[in-house]
Amino acid sequence: MAINSIWVVVELTDAGPTTTSLELLTAARGLGSSVDAVAWGTNVAANAGVLGEYGATTVYDIGDIGDALPGSPVAGAIAGAIAGGSGPDAIFIPTSYDGRDIAGRLSARADLPVLTNITGLVGGDTMTTQHPVFGGTQIVNASFTGNGPGIYVIRAKSFAPEPSGGAAASVSSLAVPDLGTTNSASITERHVEERTGPKLDEAAVVVSGGRGLGEAANYALIEDLAKLLHGAAGASRAIVDAGWVPYAHQVGQTGKTVKPDVYLACGISGATQHMVGMKGAKNIIAINKDQDAPIFTIADLGIVGDVHKVVPALIEALKSH
Amino acid sequence: MNVVVCVKQIPDPAAPQSLEPGTHTLDRSGKLILDDSDAYGVEMALQLAEQAGGGDVTLVSMAPNGETSGLRTALAMGAASAVLVSDDALKGADALTTAKVLAAAIKKSNPDLILTATESSDGYTGTVPVQIAELLGLPSITFAKSVVIEGGNVKVQRQTESGYDDVVAPLPLLVTVTAGVVEPRYPSFKGIMAAKSKPVETVTASDLGIATGAAGQEITSVVDAEARAAGEIVVDDGDGAQRIVAFLEELKLV
Ligand SMILES: Cc1cc2nc3c(=O)[nH]c(=O)nc-3n(C[C@H](O)[C@H](O)[C@H](O)COP(=O)(O)OP(=O)(O)OC[C@H]3O[C@@H](n4cnc5c(N)ncnc54)[C@H](O)[C@@H]3O)c2cc1C
Ligand SMILES: Nc1ncnc2c1ncn2[C@@H]1O[C@H](COP(=O)(O)O)[C@@H](O)[C@H]1O
Repeated sequence: MAINSIWVVVELTDAGPTTTSLELLTAARGLGSSVDAVAWGTNVAANAGVLGEYGATTVYDIGDIGDALPGSPVAGAIAGAIAGGSGPDAIFIPTSYDGRDIAGRLSARADLPVLTNITGLVGGDTMTTQHPVFGGTQIVNASFTGNGPGIYVIRAKSFAPEPSGGAAASVSSLAVPDLGTTNSASITERHVEERTGPKLDEAAVVVSGGRGLGEAANYALIEDLAKLLHGAAGASRAIVDAGWVPYAHQVGQTGKTVKPDVYLACGISGATQHMVGMKGAKNIIAINKDQDAPIFTIADLGIVGDVHKVVPALIEALKSH
Repeated sequence: MNVVVCVKQIPDPAAPQSLEPGTHTLDRSGKLILDDSDAYGVEMALQLAEQAGGGDVTLVSMAPNGETSGLRTALAMGAASAVLVSDDALKGADALTTAKVLAAAIKKSNPDLILTATESSDGYTGTVPVQIAELLGLPSITFAKSVVIEGGNVKVQRQTESGYDDVVAPLPLLVTVTAGVVEPRYPSFKGIMAAKSKPVETVTASDLGIATGAAGQEITSVVDAEARAAGEIVVDDGDGAQRIVAFLEELKLV
């Protein structure tokens, strides 16, 4: 089935749409003849300008969902439009905490298949989706076979966000149907962790640490180095699971995808699940004491050495630079 | 309190993985093991049932070839019984079909709480749990890093982009747990022996009233990704840091 109309699920923060949302709008523009956004919250109309600039003709406003988690109301509203015959041919959803909830609920509610972990899309009579497997060494091409609309869950950093210069999107409200008991979870308090410096997935430089650091206290070296390079500090899952650093730092298949100018891996072996999240970096530097560590197969500069020596020396060198 | 834990049995992630030539789906014909990610759900369930003063922890799994090794591991941890859905017709099932099967199997136990991992290690769609919740008409809280039951409510610390949210919902519901929510126990020798005789009920898709048909999606091809060439590898002779500085200088980053 040809794809004409695409709806993009857009996540809004106080500072505007998330970068991934803008990436998806940009991708949709090149694939469908009409692109609209779906958003919720109290500030949808205030974002009509930027959404139009990135290609949305209309933004469907689900409205204020209060303290509810977005999964049920947003999926319900989109499923309602599909059932009423006014749905699109394809729905793009960011791979995020809430995005996956929305995708799962929508799929089950509208009885539609869903494709996840998409990192590339090729248009045509049937749109082809690309999914990295085996640490990104191979790409699986897939497509929907039945009647649409298909649900596409797309990973961050798969497309570069570019404004099209479009006029502000028109705002049209999208009703939330009866959700029964599916919507009875509510947020009672939000805890925002302090962050200094750029966001992990937006930083030009990412310095990551792994189990090779030896102990949690040594992660301070990674943070110091990241700060000196005006970058962000990342981590392998091994040290997130060990409780050394919060999950928000994790890079990889189950963490963040990063595409910085420079990625510096310190004491990280380079497991496939880690590499799939960072091999898109322009330049990769690795420090590892094992010269056979897989990370060296993709490093532009590999230092076979001890992180406890090389990293402090690097910090000193940069301080006096 | 009765808890159902969804546990997936997967090819050992440490062993080489391959795709089947015809279908391009993951080759699951060999021995399967308990997905590590699901050990957290099993442990959480055992602790919550105990704190509630008792109740059954039931495992639900869908796997080919009547596979039970992973289930036996989770039974050895302390779960009471298991339901296994095994059916050739489910080979290559997509996420929604998997969710329909699991939802139907879960329904039979009428649980107060359903626990799953946030995503499986071999499929990692991350959508199966919420699809199950929607099919059963239940609320869900995903990405739990802490789960507490108080009265008829579940209180969860839910991981977010910038920290975490406190989220509350009434039972029954589905919760997906992250690694690190609890420390999974190692099965004891006694547990392993006891697991051998714990009940595992094996059912087919049609027993559950699930129609199996073509999935709504197909893999058309698998290609090699553009390889990243390795660069220069140097052994640190005390000049490692300088080499990095020089590299960064060339990129005009310092
Ligand atoms: C489903 C699934 C999803 C996963 N998702 C992710 C993910 O998103 N992100 C992720 O990172 N991982 C993920 N993993 C885990 C992954 O498989 C690896 O276990 C993990 O990346 C290893 O972390 P590490 O490199 O820090 O530790 P290790 O593999 O233990 O490597 C430590 C490295 O440090 C080196 N080293 C030790 N001491 C020193 C020293 N003094 N100086 C220099 N080098 C030293 C060692 O040579 C070794 O190479 C996932 C796994 C699964 C099964
Ligand atoms: N075949 C299965 N059997 C049992 N549980 C499953 C199965 N598939 C998925 N799950 C559960 O759903 C979670 C998410 O799976 P997925 O959507 O495949 O990433 C898994 O971690 C399991 O807890």
